[in-house]
Amino acid sequence: MIDVLIIGGGIAGIQAACSLQDLGLETVIVEKEKTIGGHLNDWDTLFPTFRSASEVIDYYTEETRKRALTIYLNTNVISIKKVDEGVFEVQTSRDVLFRSKSVVLASGYQLFNAERKEEYGYKIYDNVLTSADLEKKFRRLNGQPFKTPTDKTPKRIGFIHCVGSRDEKSGNHYCSKLCCVTAVKQAIHMKQVCPEADVFCCYMDLRMYGPGFEEMYREAQEKYHVQFIRGRLSEVSENSDGTLQLKVEDTLAARPCRIQADMLVLMVGMEASKNTALFKQSCNLECASNRFVKPNDHHIGSNQTNVPGLFTAGTSIGPMSVFDTVNHAKSVAFAVNEYLKNSEL
Amino acid sequence: MENYFVLPFTVGTVILFSILLVKYALWISKLSKIDKLRIVQSIFSRRTLSAIKECFMECLIHRRIFKRNILLGYMHMSLAFGWFLLIVVGHIEWVVYSGTFVTYPWNSIFFQYFVHESFPGEKIMANIMDFLLLFVLSGVLLAYFKRINSRMYGIKKTTKLKPRDRMTMCALWLIFPLRLLAEGATASFYHNGGFLTNSVGRFFEWIQISHTTEEILWWSYSISLGVFFVGLPWSRYMHIFTEVLLIGIRSTGVKLKKEFNSYSRIQVYSCSRCGICIDVCQMHISNISNNQSVYILKNIRDQNLTDRKLFNCLLCGRCEQACPVNINLNDLRISQRIRATKEYNSDYAFLKTLPVEQPVEDKTPEVIYFAGCMTHMTPGIKKSVLKVLEKANVNYQFMDKDKGACCGRPLMLAGQYEAAKKLIAHNREKILESGASTLLVSCPICYKVFKDDYELGQISIKHHSEYFLELVEQGKITLKKSDKSIVYHDPCELGRGCGVYEPPRNLLKMTGNLQSIQQEKVNSLCCSGSLGDLCLSMSDRNTIKAETLKVLLNQNPDMLATACPLCKKTFVKGVDIQVKDIAEIVAESMEN
Repeated sequence: MIDVLIIGGGIAGIQAACSLQDLGLETVIVEKEKTIGGHLNDWDTLFPTFRSASEVIDYYTEETRKRALTIYLNTNVISIKKVDEGVFEVQTSRDVLFRSKSVVLASGYQLFNAERKEEYGYKIYDNVLTSADLEKKFRRLNGQPFKTPTDKTPKRIGFIHCVGSRDEKSGNHYCSKLCCVTAVKQAIHMKQVCPEADVFCCYMDLRMYGPGFEEMYREAQEKYHVQFIRGRLSEVSENSDGTLQLKVEDTLAARPCRIQADMLVLMVGMEASKNTALFKQSCNLECASNRFVKPNDHHIGSNQTNVPGLFTAGTSIGPMSVFDTVNHAKSVAFAVNEYLKNSEL
Repeated sequence: MENYFVLPFTVGTVILFSILLVKYALWISKLSKIDKLRIVQSIFSRRTLSAIKECFMECLIHRRIFKRNILLGYMHMSLAFGWFLLIVVGHIEWVVYSGTFVTYPWNSIFFQYFVHESFPGEKIMANIMDFLLLFVLSGVLLAYFKRINSRMYGIKKTTKLKPRDRMTMCALWLIFPLRLLAEGATASFYHNGGFLTNSVGRFFEWIQISHTTEEILWWSYSISLGVFFVGLPWSRYMHIFTEVLLIGIRSTGVKLKKEFNSYSRIQVYSCSRCGICIDVCQMHISNISNNQSVYILKNIRDQNLTDRKLFNCLLCGRCEQACPVNINLNDLRISQRIRATKEYNSDYAFLKTLPVEQPVEDKTPEVIYFAGCMTHMTPGIKKSVLKVLEKANVNYQFMDKDKGACCGRPLMLAGQYEAAKKLIAHNREKILESGASTLLVSCPICYKVFKDDYELGQISIKHHSEYFLELVEQGKITLKKSDKSIVYHDPCELGRGCGVYEPPRNLLKMTGNLQSIQQEKVNSLCCSGSLGDLCLSMSDRNTIKAETLKVLLNQNPDMLATACPLCKKTFVKGVDIQVKDIAEIVAESMEN
């Protein structure tokens, strides 16, 4: 029987495995994709320093190799069951039944499917992208000039905040908290690759909560002349030449307005991963109203869940930045260690 | 005089018919001139005959309630039809006895008390009357039992009654048992009853009741009749006579108006508070149980309707569909909303400055397409409609391609009638100016208001499902069938609102495997996204939506189809399977 089974080989899962190993515990990671790193693989640069995301992945790949961590790739978890005496039985798609003394859920999040916000025209109009699509485009850029999906040099680019966040109609009432700063980062990046283009952001509130975020926001306005419009986008239509027409409300000017744009980037929010709901069923895991796992104690026990022995690391409990995720994954090691010391297993 | 006991009955009858006469005369006099003309013109027409037939089928037989539940239908029929026959046959009995047609009503009502001697046909008449009494009594018994167990009658939740209703109901419940006892008491002395009353009479004979007891029983019977008659106009039983009036007026073609007028009042008073509308209401899923139509009508009568109740309704029309009296519950509610709403500053002067879309070709368009706000919010549908129009080579004008005005229906639903009228006038002018012969609409919400309130004359108004079906039938587009299983959701405004059920289904049958589900067509459920509700919280909506989806997705179809952009938007965030509008399905299934 293994000490800790970690579900998810993103940065949370790998960091948790490293810290647990440092404490002398035996771990196994199960990852559904063919590589480690999770969503970070799709990202180009990270806020607030514009550090390359691949640097972070490289660090964790190196750690994995050095420490010889056990990772099962291409493996889906089907169910988590807590059986007698507190042992967990985890059924996977590999026909392997893992038995472990504790489980760490590092299964992360999924991005809001922007097609559900049909009025924004994602997958209907060619020049509408999501923030994740844009990162992929940046990754592939390699110094080439930036082109819109219809292969034009953009003159006006819009960023739309809160797509699938703080929006009850799309089913998510909560704030995804990272999209604001991501938009600012991407707007700056956009200006760097297309200095001639006008870049604007339509926002509800700008939540620059972290160190260095507010500075980025100021820089975006002062140095890069990104225009910030307070108001939500109501609908997008396509002109015959493939450019877009936006109906926006400018709530500071208190008037509706129409804006033309060559490309639109939707800042999609973070949602609880589908697997969370699956685990919720199989082991009576308690989830909050936002469908993420509910921490047992918000202040002094955010790694614990309502099921003793089942822990969380990273974004399975809610939207989190890379550095918050790494810290949360580090702290899970102590929580698991304490649990295993006190339990009779 | 020993006949004083007829007084409560007589006084009650006089009061009842005086009130009814005054009220009905007042209501009819307050109808608009045109409506009054309609009534006068239809009195000696075939319509009157059909109205009489409807009165017989609905007020006496209660055919629509029978359709709902046999036991409930029987209960209503035995009480109404049974009582009606008791009065008619009772009078015949008097005619047979006396040979005169006209008499005081109490002579036939209390026949057994007054007539002791035998006459030809006496036994037959007495037995028929006893049989009818038994018929009514079976209904009364069922009514008692319904208060204990309403589920047997197909009713889960019954109407909450007011004290006034309760008192009148108790009087009604007592009338026929007391009649049995009173007639039985007389029969114990004179053996002038039929099989039933004579049996009771023999029992009374055995226990040797006095004439005083007989008097008391006849007094009680008369009092219960009197109390019921006096209470009737102030209770829900007012529906008994008002429904007849309603059927009569409705048959002449009088329609409910936007303003609450005396015809609306007749509708309100025709409600029997049977409670059939309660169970069909989906709001119970979110524990909202005070805003159903029966309570709204009651509040309108009592003038204590609150905005909260009035505006908290999806206006899905399920109650209207279930109503055995066919009251226009949705339009009544909207007329109350118009009454309760202050007009906001609806200045649409800027509409005059909007550019007019030019037709694609340089001649008068054949079709004018109005997408509406909701279709603009679902560009997938808009793109598909345009794709089909292009493919079929239709000469069309896109009326609200860029800067269009709203159709007015959302304002109408919110009671903003004056504001809605301005938008309607604006759009109407544009539509008529275009010269098109067909108005194509891709949103059932717009479709409903175009049909009901635009008065577009010769222009035929078509929902895209109807129009696309025509294109297929004319061979302008051809569809290829896939083996996908599809479940179709009837949008409220399209189905119950405009009666369009088959065209979308016919199209879907050409493109895939259409599955039928438990609650569809007139019984379909609301998606919960309705613009009709101005109070319902998002979480309550989601609870209702989840239940609707359970019914729709019961058979695990590959695709959920609908014909309304709002239904689509509502469902999309609740399911993993594909949710598509009929326009998208048609556009994808078109053969090149």
